[in-house]
Amino acid sequence: MKRRDLLKTLCAAGGASVAATALRAEEPGAVVGERDRLGVLVDTTSCLGCRMCEYACADANGLPTPEADVELTATRQTSPDQWSVVCRFETDRGPVSVKRQCLHCLQPACASACLTKAMLKTPEGPVIWRESKCMGCRYCMVSCPFDVPKFEYDSAVPKIQKCQLCFDKVQEGKEPACVANCPARCLTFGRRSELIDLAWSRVYGEPDRYVRHVYGEHEVGGTSWLYLSAVPFDQLGFRTDLGTTGYPVLTKEFLYAVPLVLTLVPPFLLALSRATRARDEGEEEYDDGGGA
Amino acid sequence: MTEGVATTGRPAVGAELRRFVRFMLAELKPKGKILTPFNLITGAIMLVSAVVLTIRFTKGLGAVTNLSQDYPWGLWIGFDVVTGVAFAGGAYVLTFMVYILRMEKYHPIVRVTVLNGFLAYVFYAGALLLDLGRPWNVINPVIGNSFGVSSVLFLVAWHFLLYMLAEFVEFSPAVAEWLGWRRIRRYLGAMTLGAVIFGITLSLLHQSGLGALYLMAKAKIHPLWYSEFIPILFVVSSIFAGLSMVIFEGSITHKVFAHRASRRLHATHDDIVVGLAKICTGVMFVYLVLQLLVFVHGQRGEYLSTGWGAWYLLEIVGFVAVPAVLYAYACQVRHMTAIKVAAVLALVGIVLNRLNVSVIAFKWYAAVRYVPTWMEVVVTLGVISAELWVFRWVVNRMPVLDVIPGLSDRPDGSLEPVRSAA
Ligand code: SF4
Ligand code: SF4
Repeated sequence: MKRRDLLKTLCAAGGASVAATALRAEEPGAVVGERDRLGVLVDTTSCLGCRMCEYACADANGLPTPEADVELTATRQTSPDQWSVVCRFETDRGPVSVKRQCLHCLQPACASACLTKAMLKTPEGPVIWRESKCMGCRYCMVSCPFDVPKFEYDSAVPKIQKCQLCFDKVQEGKEPACVANCPARCLTFGRRSELIDLAWSRVYGEPDRYVRHVYGEHEVGGTSWLYLSAVPFDQLGFRTDLGTTGYPVLTKEFLYAVPLVLTLVPPFLLALSRATRARDEGEEEYDDGGGA
Repeated sequence: MTEGVATTGRPAVGAELRRFVRFMLAELKPKGKILTPFNLITGAIMLVSAVVLTIRFTKGLGAVTNLSQDYPWGLWIGFDVVTGVAFAGGAYVLTFMVYILRMEKYHPIVRVTVLNGFLAYVFYAGALLLDLGRPWNVINPVIGNSFGVSSVLFLVAWHFLLYMLAEFVEFSPAVAEWLGWRRIRRYLGAMTLGAVIFGITLSLLHQSGLGALYLMAKAKIHPLWYSEFIPILFVVSSIFAGLSMVIFEGSITHKVFAHRASRRLHATHDDIVVGLAKICTGVMFVYLVLQLLVFVHGQRGEYLSTGWGAWYLLEIVGFVAVPAVLYAYACQVRHMTAIKVAAVLALVGIVLNRLNVSVIAFKWYAAVRYVPTWMEVVVTLGVISAELWVFRWVVNRMPVLDVIPGLSDRPDGSLEPVRSAA
């Protein structure tokens, strides 16, 4: 902590240090009510790689039907036309298929980065994108640790495209399209708290089948989508270096410092300019304007 | 101000208006030769940029840029906005020195620096609009129907806007003098200190804010460039970036617009440059110490032996430490050329640093790297060209380089005929 404190002191905008200490006292923990958010548990050990979820997603969201004849690879990516993809990884325990889409973080980087609130974490759980607000700055793409939001580079009226967790459906109490159409029942839709219980009961029930890790339980402050796996998650292309702090915390110190700087620096500058004023200078002294 | 609107007496409004229109028409015309190599080259660049931008707005960003799902921000943000704003830092530093600390020595260059800063914001921060996918929604965060207050970008956007306003107020006395509006000129002059204080505060915040933007890219920027201290590093480096730009620009402006500069500026120009160079030296050493602390704090040692380590050392040693030492040496012996070389090296260092954070070390692990298209480069050059044209137009007309302290009016008699085209 020593070095950090020293640097903080050196901070040009002196107020930031005050803000930083004030902030640390209230490190944001769980968002109130987050345990009730809706989410999906993906059990990668039972995924067949049949891609029914891809078709169901395209169908439900008016996206082009995915090509039938594709090889499932480790590098498949979601795209503006496809919000959900199934990838396949070669692991210690043979090939494993993994469905990928937006994880609907509990403290979404994308939503906290968005300056128009186009990206919004709904109280129900889904993180949605609102066309009428977005200005296409793509800061959400820079911020999302999972590189989920996709931008339509080939359109003059581009949109940000990503999984909306079938917001309309879940509001009516229905399952998301992918979950409803998974023939292997590898996807389970429900309250996040119950999904976590379910996940751990599976892990404890069959310790040989699963690694003791529920991806998304703590990652970047927790996500609404949770994953179970037979092999360590880095073998399935998941980033395991993201930490457990919610992304909004990264810029919180800075944002806290802003009002302080805005209120403390101007009076300081004013006082400084008064102090340096020569005694004989009259009121007219600024009349040379921005120049001379 | 021979043609300006007379403020003595009360001539009929109609006559006044007619004179004003005639004055404006005369001033709008280019002064001097039109077919110069500079005009031809920059003109061609701007024409091509216009074509590229037409394609960009009809076919989408993908048609002219190499931006991708992996690299949502490229040259237009990384260079035009992030680097351009650092270069424009000279305005807040100089107004601080002259209006707050009252270092009168630097007074002769305040106005040109503020003009430069203002135009830099208008054009470089304005380049942000070219990059927005849905620019028609840009007013959303301004008119208040959707305040994303948790976003650093929200803050930066607002500060750009307010800062442009502050800089315009700071520069406005020159406009009033040009138009011969004495009374208005006096009111505007009285607002200068307020605008300066506001402007410095905003600058501290958005210079650091540009760095804070990248705090969200924690998992994507190479650890040699990512740290929680990016905002502080950005603000400190903006001081010497801005001043080095003042030195660099000044040496060119001073030659090109020699006929416009006041005698006082001619006489003291070298002193001013040496003074600025000294400040740069100091700030650069502070910056180096900060970088060292961040380096140790972040336990970055292990990366030094990689290729990225070499690239990092090139930036820090080659383009911060070396120019810092060169500045120090050149100040000692008053070697003006060496100062200019140091300024250029320091500027290259800033370009490297900002591009490293925003583009080069961003997604350093990606299989397919982003390299800008020639069209992105041309548009960037086009933005710079447009700024230069406006700058030249203003300097050739308004009292920017040729004001005498204490006098609200431009001394008409002492001006030589204008030679450069604008
Ligand atoms: S995964 Fe990315 S896009 Fe989805 S909610 Fe999280 S930050 Fe937002
Ligand atoms: S691109 Fe749209 S959704 Fe993404 S941060 Fe910008 S305004 Fe928000």
